[in-house]
Amino acid sequence: MNQSNNPKTLYEKVWEAHIVAESDDAPCVLYIDLHLIHEVTSPQAFSGLREKGLKVRRPERTIATMDHSTPTISLSFDSADDMAVAQLEQITKNCAEFGITLYDAESDGRGIVHVIGPEQGFTQPGKTIVCGDSHTSTHGAFGALAFGIGTSEVEHVLATQSLLQSKSKAYEVRFEGELPFGVTAKDMVLALIAKIGIGGGTGHVFEYTGDAVKALDMDGRMTLCNMSIEAGARAGMIAPDETTFEYLKGRPYAPQGADWDAAVERWKQLPSDEGAVYDKTVTIDVSKLEPMVTYGTNPEMGIQISERIPSLQNMDSAAQQSSLEKALSYMDLKPASTLKGHPVDVVFIGSCTNSRMSDLRAAASILKGRKVADGLRLLVVPGSESIRKRAEAEGIDKIVRDAGGEWRFAGCSMCLAMNGDELEPGQYAVSTSNRNFEGRQGKGGRTILASPLTAAASAITGKVTDPREMMQ
Amino acid sequence: MRSFTKLTSKIIPLPYTDVDTDQIIPARYLKVVNKDGLAEGLFDSWRKLEDGSPNLAFPLNQDEYQGAEILLAGDNFGCGSSREHAPWALTGWGIRAIISTSFADIFRNNSLKNGLLPIIVDEETHASLFDLTEEAPAATIDIDLASQTLFLPGGEKVSFEIDSFSKTCLLEGIDQLGYLLKHEAEIAAYEAARDF
Ligand code: SF4
Repeated sequence: MNQSNNPKTLYEKVWEAHIVAESDDAPCVLYIDLHLIHEVTSPQAFSGLREKGLKVRRPERTIATMDHSTPTISLSFDSADDMAVAQLEQITKNCAEFGITLYDAESDGRGIVHVIGPEQGFTQPGKTIVCGDSHTSTHGAFGALAFGIGTSEVEHVLATQSLLQSKSKAYEVRFEGELPFGVTAKDMVLALIAKIGIGGGTGHVFEYTGDAVKALDMDGRMTLCNMSIEAGARAGMIAPDETTFEYLKGRPYAPQGADWDAAVERWKQLPSDEGAVYDKTVTIDVSKLEPMVTYGTNPEMGIQISERIPSLQNMDSAAQQSSLEKALSYMDLKPASTLKGHPVDVVFIGSCTNSRMSDLRAAASILKGRKVADGLRLLVVPGSESIRKRAEAEGIDKIVRDAGGEWRFAGCSMCLAMNGDELEPGQYAVSTSNRNFEGRQGKGGRTILASPLTAAASAITGKVTDPREMMQ
Repeated sequence: MRSFTKLTSKIIPLPYTDVDTDQIIPARYLKVVNKDGLAEGLFDSWRKLEDGSPNLAFPLNQDEYQGAEILLAGDNFGCGSSREHAPWALTGWGIRAIISTSFADIFRNNSLKNGLLPIIVDEETHASLFDLTEEAPAATIDIDLASQTLFLPGGEKVSFEIDSFSKTCLLEGIDQLGYLLKHEAEIAAYEAARDF
């Protein structure tokens, strides 16, 4: 079927430009422009290559970093446990042997895989980008088709620079209106997931549209796309525009000179055509949105901060009722109670969702001149070493320390608690990360997802707090 | 990859919705550089009590389910992290098929690459299978991939969907990388045709 003249969505355009081979009885062979890898999901893929006697087809198209299991208390990884050290040594060996660039402990550009891709300019509009990591959806903020893959697929991409993929459906997520004061991209995406559910996007690729999306800076757009996977979507995309180009211009690996002009011309063709058809659409008016917080054990269990936790009777089905019961029992929270004012033990500001300059600045705007509540632990972990240095140049490290918080080196840290930064059983954390699954931030730990503003405000009071009460 | 043709087994019930891959295998087990030993961490936080002893209320710890190969799970099984360690842990424990009303995309893809068959059934069948596990925990069902059919104890048959490519790969134990490598010439032509 030739649909070349029909209006197309952004997703269709990027998809079609990467088809290597198509057949009726198999998925498409899709070319992958950029492959990001990290220490946790890649070792078995390299072992597979060795067993089969294969090479990496295009080593210059794979970029490696160390982020998940790396300590954040020092620049060196001396304090890592033996297993983490073995994993870090393995990726070092794999990259050396197969000719892949690695952002290691000594590298200025090291950081969380989804933070450094855009920051270095590897992430660009129209590219296909994959990584053995579900939050690869982050890169869709630039109009790239970016999605997470498993380790078998990491091996496929290493060996062939391609993947077998079936086309997803297109889902327009339209945010209309103007974001109120104190409400951020994180609140937008938590509101979306609360509305359509954790499986609401399964089988689909989101395209975020509308005034409220256009108005976001690139950091905010990345926050939005980052959590697409939390609604089950394969990817999330935003049409590239002047904001995108402005961000990318002059980045180390962005095109330069005449190549830049040519690239921008190409990128300008990417936005969805007038009249392009989506399989599904949802519209959210952000003008009445409040800061969002989650009360349960998956990201769809979220409420506006002034709302109450749902009551069991209000659930649509017995299954929903029992999952709410199970979640609230784990969280030790009561149905129909308010979350605002609930005591908090730890505040974590970081992760590929909210660890960029604007996130750190937002947190600092609240922390400045204040002290964190007695007994509360505040951990601020920049997304990359380069962000850490920029933040330090602005004095954000000092603001955090003066407030009584811990200022760390870059990494995933307490987002998934693999590196020793973790909650103790029973502790409550307000966290700017993306997952509140049982035990995600440490066995028995309880996570409340929120924006950097809400997290910082809660650190000061020691309770779940509406940040607007602390903002001028 | 291990092939999948037919299977007869008891069903292990896991009546929770939205089971994420952090529950299937927590991050603390992801520091390995191979695929061995992950079964040890399968559903770790649910399988073990706070003192580390086995939680006997959890089906995987019960004698009657040792050796069972089919998991019956709630809606949206395998959401969250893309870790392929989840299907590795499940297959390492002995699970070869999972029945649910839906699966998260990445988990489904990962399972198919490890000889682990995700089967989607409608809500009615799903509920009746949970009933079966309560009424007759020792009952077995048969899965026949070639005919895409579940054979239930009462003689009832339920058909299920699977795309033909995944089916062939499972039936014949084909590693998809081999299939991709056969496209080498087309990949090279694609690369040559595009100016990067
Ligand atoms: S910060 Fe968290 S979600 Fe992001 S890549 Fe690291 S572990 Fe994954």
